[in-house]
This record gives sequence, C-alpha cells and structure tokens, in this order.
Amino acid sequence: MSTGTPGSSTSSTPGTTMTMTPAPPRALNASRTTATAARVLRQLGHDPRTIAMMILIPCVMLFLLRYVFDGSPRTFDSIGASLLGIFPLITMFLVTSIATLRERTSGTLERLLAMPLGKGDLIAGYALAFGALAIIQSALATGLAVWFLDLDVTGSPWLLLLVALLDALLGTALGLFVSAFASSEFQAVQFMPAVIFPQLLLCGLFTPRDNMHPVLEAISDVLPMSYAVDGMNEVLTHTDVTANFLRDVLIVAGCALLVLGLGAATLRRRTP
Amino acid sequence: MNYSPGPPEKETAAHQTPAVRAETLTVVRGPRTALRDLDFTVPRGQITGLLGPSGCGKSTLMRAIVGTQAKVTGTLDVLGSPAGHPSLRTRIGYVTQAPSVYDDLTVRQNLDYFAAILDPGRAAAGRRHANVTRAIDDVDLTTYADALAGNLSGGQRSRVSLAVALLGTPELLVLDEPTVGLDPVLRRDLWNLFHDIAAQRGATLLISSHVMDEAERCHRLLLMREGEILADDTPDALRTRTRSDTVEAAFLHLVDEAIAAGRTKEAAR
Repeated sequence: MSTGTPGSSTSSTPGTTMTMTPAPPRALNASRTTATAARVLRQLGHDPRTIAMMILIPCVMLFLLRYVFDGSPRTFDSIGASLLGIFPLITMFLVTSIATLRERTSGTLERLLAMPLGKGDLIAGYALAFGALAIIQSALATGLAVWFLDLDVTGSPWLLLLVALLDALLGTALGLFVSAFASSEFQAVQFMPAVIFPQLLLCGLFTPRDNMHPVLEAISDVLPMSYAVDGMNEVLTHTDVTANFLRDVLIVAGCALLVLGLGAATLRRRTP
Repeated sequence: MNYSPGPPEKETAAHQTPAVRAETLTVVRGPRTALRDLDFTVPRGQITGLLGPSGCGKSTLMRAIVGTQAKVTGTLDVLGSPAGHPSLRTRIGYVTQAPSVYDDLTVRQNLDYFAAILDPGRAAAGRRHANVTRAIDDVDLTTYADALAGNLSGGQRSRVSLAVALLGTPELLVLDEPTVGLDPVLRRDLWNLFHDIAAQRGATLLISSHVMDEAERCHRLLLMREGEILADDTPDALRTRTRSDTVEAAFLHLVDEAIAAGRTKEAAR
C-alpha cells in the first residue's frame, strides 16, 4: 500500500524562516501500524457486544434468507452469495465511519498527528484491525452458508472469502472517507443510506444489472459494489478463476486503495 | 512523584536558542484574526504561564506552537525548528484542554499505545513499560491503572491526558489548562511536578490558565487579551510595574490601560 503521505506535505506550514528541510518520505512503519491495529482491536475488546453483533448478524440474516427462499434454492444461491460480499462492506463501513469520527471529535486524532505517526500508519492500522475482524466474520458466514445452509457454490469457497475481505477493505475505506464530512454520529450514520443504499439497489442484487434502465446500468458500472457482487456470482457459477472474476477483484481492490488514499488526504495535521 | 534526573547534556545545550521564538505571528481562524502580530520568546528550562480570559487566543497560540493550527503566518520557531517540523513531534508533549484519550481503553492501555507511537519497536518494549509506569505515577493514577478511562472522573481523565504528554522526555511541554476542575491538593501536587520537570529535566513548560493565582507559580508570564500580548515579564516585575499586589490586579490594570489606549487611538482617527 503506497497511500502513506509523508508527514511534511501539509499545505500551510509557517515557512517564513527558511531553515525548513524537507523530511524524507517515510514508508509505513510496521511497529506503529501494528500498534494502531492492536489498539483498535483492544478498544473493541472492551465492547464485546459490538463484536458479537458484527459476527452474528450476518449469520442470522443468511439463516433467515435460507428459509425465506425455502421453495427456490437457486434464488438463495444467488442472493446468498451476493450478501456474503455485501455484509462485510456494510458492517466495516459503519464501524469505521463511527470509529474515525470519534477519533476526530475526541481530539485523539489531533494528538496522534502531533506525534510521529504517519497518516498511512493510522489508516493501515485501521484497515488491518477491521480486516482481521472481517476475516472472522466472512469465514463464519461463508462456512455457515456453504456447509449448513446448502449454498451451492461451483467455485472455491476461498475465493468467496477473498472477495469478502476486499469488500471489507472497501467498506473500511469508504467509512474513513465519509467520516471526514460528518460532524456528528447522527450524520455519520446517515451516510450509510446515502452511500450504501444506492449501490445496494444498483449492484444487481434485486435484478440483473442488464435488465435495468440503460442510465441506471451505466451508473451501476461505476459503482464498486456492482463488481463485488459480480465477483461473488462468478465464483457461484464457475469452477475456475475466470477473467471476469479477476477484473472484479482488481476493480474492488483498486477502489479500496483509491478511497483509502482519499481518506488519507482528509487527515490533516493542521486544522483551522 | 519522584524523578530520576534528566540526561546532563540537555542542561548545557538548553540555553542556546529560546524554546519558542515568535515574530509577527498571525493566525487567522475563519473570518477573524485570532492572533495579531505577536512578538515574544519563551526561555528554555522555565515555566511560562500563558494567561488571559477565555477566548483570547491561548489555545490557538498553543496549537500554532505544536503545529496543529492552520493559517499561521509570520515566524514561529520552536526548539530551533519551524513550528510543525516533523523532527519536533517526539520533542514536544501537548495536552489539549479537553482530555484526548480513548475512553474505551484502560489508563495503561492508553499510555501503552501512545508510547508505542513515540518509541516504536519490540526492542524498546522495556523502556516503554518503564516510561508508562512512571507517567502513571507522575499523575498519581497508579491505583486506577487498570480502570477504563471512560469510567474515571473528569479530573482523572485530564490527568490521563497529561500522563500521555509526560511519556518519553519532551523538551517542551505545552499544557492547555491542565489544572482545570482539579481539587486544591491535586493542583498543588501537579504544580510541584511541573517545577520538578523544569528543574530536574531542564524541560520548558508553557502552561495556560485563566486562574490568576496559578500565575504566581510561573517563572514568566505572557498576559494575553483579544489575540494580543499585553505583557511578557516575570510575576514580580509585573506587580512592581503596575504597583499591584497580585498578578490579577496587574492584569486588570494592564487591560484598563489597553482599553484607554484603544479609545485615544480611535478618537485620534
């Protein structure tokens, strides 16, 4: 990940004395990144209810869905697989946007940025911590769906897990980014219908994307969640890694990195 | 509250440049000018009090010094480098007015994390542990080390925040109203700690307050009002100059003077 912006590139430094030497661009610092990830996990550790909800709700939803479509297992296959990609995106989006908003409003972000912490370290730390949680969440949900709820996947469940993890990263990235535009928890939560719902409607979960109005189809072509769902469906119907699957995975990963980069740009060492 | 004396070489190198040097320092916040054309220096190894009514620009000045304030113009050198320089980030300890700690971590977990940012790596683990234990002891929270910060009282939480700034050995401590809401005993203990830090570690402390009786405990004072500096002197000199008994009276005298000067300026227009 090369989104780590060197700390010296703040826009307004009081630079009238010209003794300023440019700091060498720092790569990610592994210890600071893992310390941040450990801290985020430790915070969650004091909040077991949140962890339980993050991990159990997707399983309960899948379970529910299985019996909603009791008479048409094919429908469950396609919707279930899509949801395996959508759950991690939504949960990580919510958790990250609230967590980073708290970090901004509690003053800890200002404190951290006045310390020798790179913005990349902070973002990578968050991505690492929530990525780890996403792995647990997706592994449980995928395992439940494939082995107990008879979700019929032609391809490897590992590929489902890979897409789910990338979706979680995308959710983390989006959450981090939008938290910069929210000044309260109320606003942060409202970004979920604003950012996630349109993608949910257009991603092909309810109806195949090529059945939509051409304008909507064109819009869905530029929304990352469409590719997350496409990727899941590729695994559902093909034994091998297809070219389309690769394209989907790369697009989701690329979007995640792009948005993480944008998120890094919203972390300012100097604020008005 | 005990201290091992700081490294001796710091004592000798300390007095070459002032800890903070400002020339025509101006900060704009939104539509208003928060700080206007400030010129001052903060000497090393002493406690400088930054006093003035709330809203006079104390916090803005502190944020400018630690390098988190945007739209700073003029010259502002801190420990020999321009404010906000990356090399300063390990050398300055900064405590904001509102405690900035993680409420969902224990006191020790909070300090462990910030220590890992200041002094990363597995090799430093032992040193970090010692620093964290000492910082908790400094602010007298040893019995609360394993309590969640969110469950502590307001005064205790602000002491956790202060402990974070005491990690490592900062050469400059910028403390924004660190004693607000604390009881008299604790306030006395903290001021003793501040004096120990200045005397034994040779560190510079810049402490803001709007409680004037704390001013008597500082070596030097910067009196501020409406984004300008009214006086920059020792408490004794201030009292003598204004023929007042207390710093508070001296401050009021200077404010009246400034208002009168403002009126004559306006009348002359």
